Amino acid sequence: MWSINYYGNWIMHNIEITDLKRLTQLVKDNHGYDFTNYAMSSFRRRVNRILDLYNFSSVNGLIEKINTRPAFVEEVVNEITVNVTEMFRDPSFWREVRDHIIPNILLNHQSVNVWHAGCSSGEEVFSMAILLREMGIEGKVKLIATDLDNSILDKAKKATIPVKNMELNEKNYIRFQGSETLSKYYKEENGVAVLDPTLIENVSFRKHDLVRGGIFNKFDLVLCRNVMIYFNQNLQNEVLKKLHESLFKYGYLIIGSKESLIWCEIANKFIVVNNEEKIYKKIRD
Amino acid sequence: MKKRSIRRSGIKYCKVVGDLGMSKYKLDNTYRAIVLGGSAGSFQGITKILSSIPDSFELPIIMCLHRLKHVRNGFVEALSIKSTKPVTEPYDKEKLKKGKVYLAPSNYHLCVELGNSFSLSTEEMVNNSRPSIDITLETAAYSYKKRLIGILLSGANKDGALGMKAIKDNGGLTIVQDPNECMIKTMPESALQATTIDHVLKVTEIIEFLIELDKNYK
Repeated sequence: MWSINYYGNWIMHNIEITDLKRLTQLVKDNHGYDFTNYAMSSFRRRVNRILDLYNFSSVNGLIEKINTRPAFVEEVVNEITVNVTEMFRDPSFWREVRDHIIPNILLNHQSVNVWHAGCSSGEEVFSMAILLREMGIEGKVKLIATDLDNSILDKAKKATIPVKNMELNEKNYIRFQGSETLSKYYKEENGVAVLDPTLIENVSFRKHDLVRGGIFNKFDLVLCRNVMIYFNQNLQNEVLKKLHESLFKYGYLIIGSKESLIWCEIANKFIVVNNEEKIYKKIRD
Repeated sequence: MKKRSIRRSGIKYCKVVGDLGMSKYKLDNTYRAIVLGGSAGSFQGITKILSSIPDSFELPIIMCLHRLKHVRNGFVEALSIKSTKPVTEPYDKEKLKKGKVYLAPSNYHLCVELGNSFSLSTEEMVNNSRPSIDITLETAAYSYKKRLIGILLSGANKDGALGMKAIKDNGGLTIVQDPNECMIKTMPESALQATTIDHVLKVTEIIEFLIELDKNYK
């Protein structure tokens, strides 16, 4: 939808940094969301997208709309956050989780606590659920999936995916070398792929804001892939402290394939388990 | 066609004055980065450029090339083989450094952040592409304003045209590969339609341009 719109009428609005600061301050002071430390380049583009989609001529127009209709903020949050995701993105990573990471945790533990931080529409959660079913250890693993966007959480809970996305998901699944065919796990209804509901019946989907929220549990494995790329370095450091604190000692942290802990203050509390797949292990409290 | 012959004879003339120490493209050392976009039919031109620039080339070169989404490895190595300088795929929040050559990683958009670093994004495809050349060019233009040079090579869609427009609108310098030389000319032609292009050059002339540019930084 966006790419067609974009392709046809790409308008780059003249958005100044001061405009963005006024917007983020307003949303932070009055609406409980904090975008002040988002990465400026992508945040500006997301705001530009909102101006385009809702036909605002400037950031001022957007600010006025939020002031007159506070509930509109939820839509803004939904558009600011990037919700493009795939099942089994980076198949070699998922093979690594199946073949090494989870078996390693199970060597020392009877059960595994997993947190999908910033789960978006749930594709990674579904991938994990399928992986666990194929390993035959669903009952031993507790999945918690969080996002700050209520509407995307509702979508995740429904576990439906537009059929047009399934071609890519199927390809990823084949590269992941799953033991079935992906089509075994869903059926098509009216242009959407409806996932087998039993896959996610024990998943706990919750609203949680990585930026403002606190520590709510301890985990053996935290997946936070391609979430912090939308934050600036300072915010990444803050969020990483929380992820670190949310891990048991010797628990695993997994970030996106082109993210790195190198520049982060907390790097010395982790060791690299797999650099290619960006799998880290907490070694210090 | 007339335009071309004037431009080409101009280059020949300039070659002579170049020897007298004058510059052909009237360049200075105010630029801070080069962004380079390409798609179908651009690989040869890019390897030619990367193998011809001096290894002491000063400005960072940020490349956004259309590539297979699911193939993470191999491309950067293929480009590095012939390059005088190593090519790297930046990590999110990596600082831009002088003299480096960067390549947008597969399945991510590469944005240039204010404060001289990169940000990656997995947002929607743009012009059916991720990485999208428009995104890299536009964010670089926003960060560097007139201190940016954009170069667009052969390609089969119009990705990059609006990015080149953003560079021009911010006062930067725009170059496209001569469509007559391109294997597929849609990309440079779209840029020519979208905005003012300062130079339409063959790959050998782009190399000449870059070498002349670099002399201003020594």
